[in-house]
Amino acid sequence: MPSLCWGLLRLGSVLGVSCLALSSLVQLTAAAKNFEDVRCKCICPPYKDNPGHIYNKNISQKDCDCLHVVDPMPVLGPDVEAYCLRCECKYEERSSVTIKVTIIIYLSILGLLLLYMVYLTLVEPILKRRLFGHSQLIQSEDDIGDHQPFANAHDVLARSRSRPNVLNKVEYAQQRWKLQVQEQRKSVFDRHVVLS
Amino acid sequence: MESEQLFHRGYYRNSYNSITSASSDEELLDGAGVIMDFQTSEDDNLLDGDTAVGTHYTMTNGGSINSSTHLLDLLDEPIPGVGTYDDFHTIDWVREKCKDRERHRRINSKKKESAWEMTKSLYDAWSGWLVVTLTGLASGALAGLIDIAADWMTDLKEGICLSALWYNHEQCCWGSNETTFEERDKCPQWKTWAELIIGQAEGPGSYIMNYIMYIFWALSFAFLAVSLVKVFAPYACGSGIPEIKTILSGFIIRGYLGKWTLMIKTITLVLAVASGLSLGKEGPLVHVACCCGNIFSYLFPKYSTNEAKKREVLSAASAAGVSVAFGAPIGGVLFSLEEVSYYFPLKTLWRSFFAALVAAFVLRSINPFGNSRLVLFYVEYHTPWYLFELFPFILLGVFGGLWGAFFIRANIAWCRRRKSTKFGKYPVLEVIIVAAITAVIAFPNPYTRLNTSELIKELFTDCGPLESSSLCDYRNDMNASKIVDDIPDRPAGVGVYSAIWQLCLALIFKIIMTVFTFGIKVPSGLFIPSMAIGAIAGRIVGIAVEQLAYFHHDWFIFKEWCEVGADCITPGLYAMVGAAACLGGVTRMTVSLVVIVFELTGGLEYIVPLMAAVMTSKWVGDAFGREGIYEAHIRLNGYPFLDAKEEFTHTTLAADVMRPRRNDPPLAVLTQDNMTVDDIENMINETSYNGFPVIMSKESQRLVGFALRRDLTIAIESARKKQEGIVGSSRVCFAQHTPSLPAESPRPLKLRSILDMSPFTVTDHTPMEIVVDIFRKLGLRQCLVTHNGRLLGIITKKDILRHMAQTANQDPASIMFN
Repeated sequence: MPSLCWGLLRLGSVLGVSCLALSSLVQLTAAAKNFEDVRCKCICPPYKDNPGHIYNKNISQKDCDCLHVVDPMPVLGPDVEAYCLRCECKYEERSSVTIKVTIIIYLSILGLLLLYMVYLTLVEPILKRRLFGHSQLIQSEDDIGDHQPFANAHDVLARSRSRPNVLNKVEYAQQRWKLQVQEQRKSVFDRHVVLS
Repeated sequence: MESEQLFHRGYYRNSYNSITSASSDEELLDGAGVIMDFQTSEDDNLLDGDTAVGTHYTMTNGGSINSSTHLLDLLDEPIPGVGTYDDFHTIDWVREKCKDRERHRRINSKKKESAWEMTKSLYDAWSGWLVVTLTGLASGALAGLIDIAADWMTDLKEGICLSALWYNHEQCCWGSNETTFEERDKCPQWKTWAELIIGQAEGPGSYIMNYIMYIFWALSFAFLAVSLVKVFAPYACGSGIPEIKTILSGFIIRGYLGKWTLMIKTITLVLAVASGLSLGKEGPLVHVACCCGNIFSYLFPKYSTNEAKKREVLSAASAAGVSVAFGAPIGGVLFSLEEVSYYFPLKTLWRSFFAALVAAFVLRSINPFGNSRLVLFYVEYHTPWYLFELFPFILLGVFGGLWGAFFIRANIAWCRRRKSTKFGKYPVLEVIIVAAITAVIAFPNPYTRLNTSELIKELFTDCGPLESSSLCDYRNDMNASKIVDDIPDRPAGVGVYSAIWQLCLALIFKIIMTVFTFGIKVPSGLFIPSMAIGAIAGRIVGIAVEQLAYFHHDWFIFKEWCEVGADCITPGLYAMVGAAACLGGVTRMTVSLVVIVFELTGGLEYIVPLMAAVMTSKWVGDAFGREGIYEAHIRLNGYPFLDAKEEFTHTTLAADVMRPRRNDPPLAVLTQDNMTVDDIENMINETSYNGFPVIMSKESQRLVGFALRRDLTIAIESARKKQEGIVGSSRVCFAQHTPSLPAESPRPLKLRSILDMSPFTVTDHTPMEIVVDIFRKLGLRQCLVTHNGRLLGIITKKDILRHMAQTANQDPASIMFN
């Protein structure tokens, strides 16, 4: 029963977050129909003495044809029909807000990851060495391999123990994550066991 | 009922040729000692109440009620951790399916009790659809992010948009009125780096400056990508499809589908694509979608505790991944069915389709390309093809098959080199060197400087009156003033010949670089480079045939179909067929490839040429080696993947493959009530087996059940901590009734709840063909061998894989995992 409540809570929070994200996305795409984001593009090939030309105009979809867009018309009178038949007009739209938001989100996540990477590889060892001394550094580098079968059992049962307070939990989670990444790095880069 | 059973167990696999009738399969299952109930039940009326995993997994044996309702067992609490798996081990499909059926039964019985139970059952029934919807939404959103960011970063190598920094080249010049017909790409808002740094746009100085900036950006993106992968998530490198195939067949790789892998794969995929390396993003998108599926499945206890159900969600997620990569929902489902999934029941088919549709819909509403298409290569021509063109199409198929065989051999040889020698010790350096070579050689040739997707689009597009690239520089008949819809076949101008030269050089360059690029330590896919190679070859052949038809229009074959002045040959179609042939040659996909290509291009009229080319390339490729690139990588890594497509046709018996062999120590067994806790711990410590058969006594050797190593260690540890009086000399009892012990002996430990009471058995004279079939169809990990009713030995999946490797003259020691 408590696990069901916990599962429902997690589900609710994830659904809430994803609903928020989706609604903001929909709002963005809906609001994106601002003036500069739609156009009718007509490509006209060379005809008689006129060189080829591309015409753009912010116009609605029903008016997207040669007569409305090509302005000023380079040929006169009866040639207009012949000229316009060769032209190809296409209605295009895009969403500049989506593009802007996506690039900003991507660059901010990339920047955060780069900062964290610099912190992990350069800053943290220096800090640790200064605060805790050399011995602790060596201890944290030990790998708990699963040579002893009962080590795994300890690991499994540890999850059912009572939880420590929040700060310890964060530290504990980070340590466990670092160990996991180290194991992964060993299998992929050093021993070439997975993902050669 | 039998045919239903077979159909639900994945009857699509075509290796089921040895046993053709349904009834003999049923007898086979009977002979193994257990009657399995294989009907897939609907997910309605399911309820997930507790996290008990493993107390009640005794199966119905011969139809009797399961014996776990005994009073003493009811007093036992479920031991947490029993029923989970170690990293790099295979799951037991039978056990997982039994757990799920138990849960279903329990939920069904409780459903009528109250309204709350009824709501819980409804929630659980719909949880499958909810997971799949969330996965589709997340995949679509991430694919949109990747597409937009990759487009922008790719163009960052050549310049920047001053009016709005977040626009790429095409978007920057979108609203500009200064674009001309001949130079559609130039507009004053887009500045190349040479213009910004040294102030001039043309000339040798600006060319060199552009060159240097291109190399600088390519190297920095590649370096960023590989360092992020190395520091945060080493599992994020590579394509991901071989590992996902193995995971879906029952292997466990912890962390491969986790949150950090997802984030790093998304971010570094953009960087890798932007650095100009010869790779694509389709395979990694499948990995990203499967990560989403895995993460969402942890929110629902029905999927998080059951490994077999989770793999159903992963099958649907991989369909969503291909759907957003190509804009091909149906192709995605077929890809999941043909390439990625191992077991594919009908329920998964419908859910995969739903996931693919949701993902495609989300991607379309984000609209990354500004024209409401999902992918870049939409072709709009509808010119017919002629019968004589089948000959060049089949030639393109042969080329595709040959290239596929060459690529697989070369890439596997290079990866093996990297794995075993010191080439592999410097992954970061390797990535930087490959990126540097690619950038240095790619810049001078305009066709390799382009983004690969744009190159494919240009090659697929046929030359109309509106095209102005050098590929369309034909000598026009300037006197024609009447309006014609199609341009007739024309002789090639100078521009076309120079374009063909450049394309040939691009072809050689791409063939060589892709061999070294696939498998480096950044996310790398294979689909787009293969399609590019095929498109280049196809376009060259198309132009050649077109010129042949123009200059020799009086030959017999052309006279029949091509009139003078008609638009006969479409080189863009040849490029499409070539792309499909090369992709088929390297991955050996069949139906899914044809469906993906015609969903990609919208060219439904061209199914017959596509099929001809794909079939030819598959036959030619199979003549050199039966494996596609993904199976070859699985074999290289030694994953325990029992391929459903291979046939095992040797006449060995079970007695030849089972362990212990003649000179080996005897089988390590546990007795039903004679062993103490110390004995069991010693046996676990001294041996490295994953499981132990339990027999009645050493004299009778009659089988009781099978106990797994992990379950034994966890149960003993938990008993020592929680139960009083359990010491080293306590008796361990696997039977239902504890034996009578003298009064002062310590309390016995009952471990019946962790015992598998119905292990699969075969006799020692069973042919190996049947044993391999049983392993494949039921997803077993091990099978016990009996002789005259007494336990003789054990066959594990690893033994089977080694035996198959041996009979195929491959190295049996390369199977690493079990």
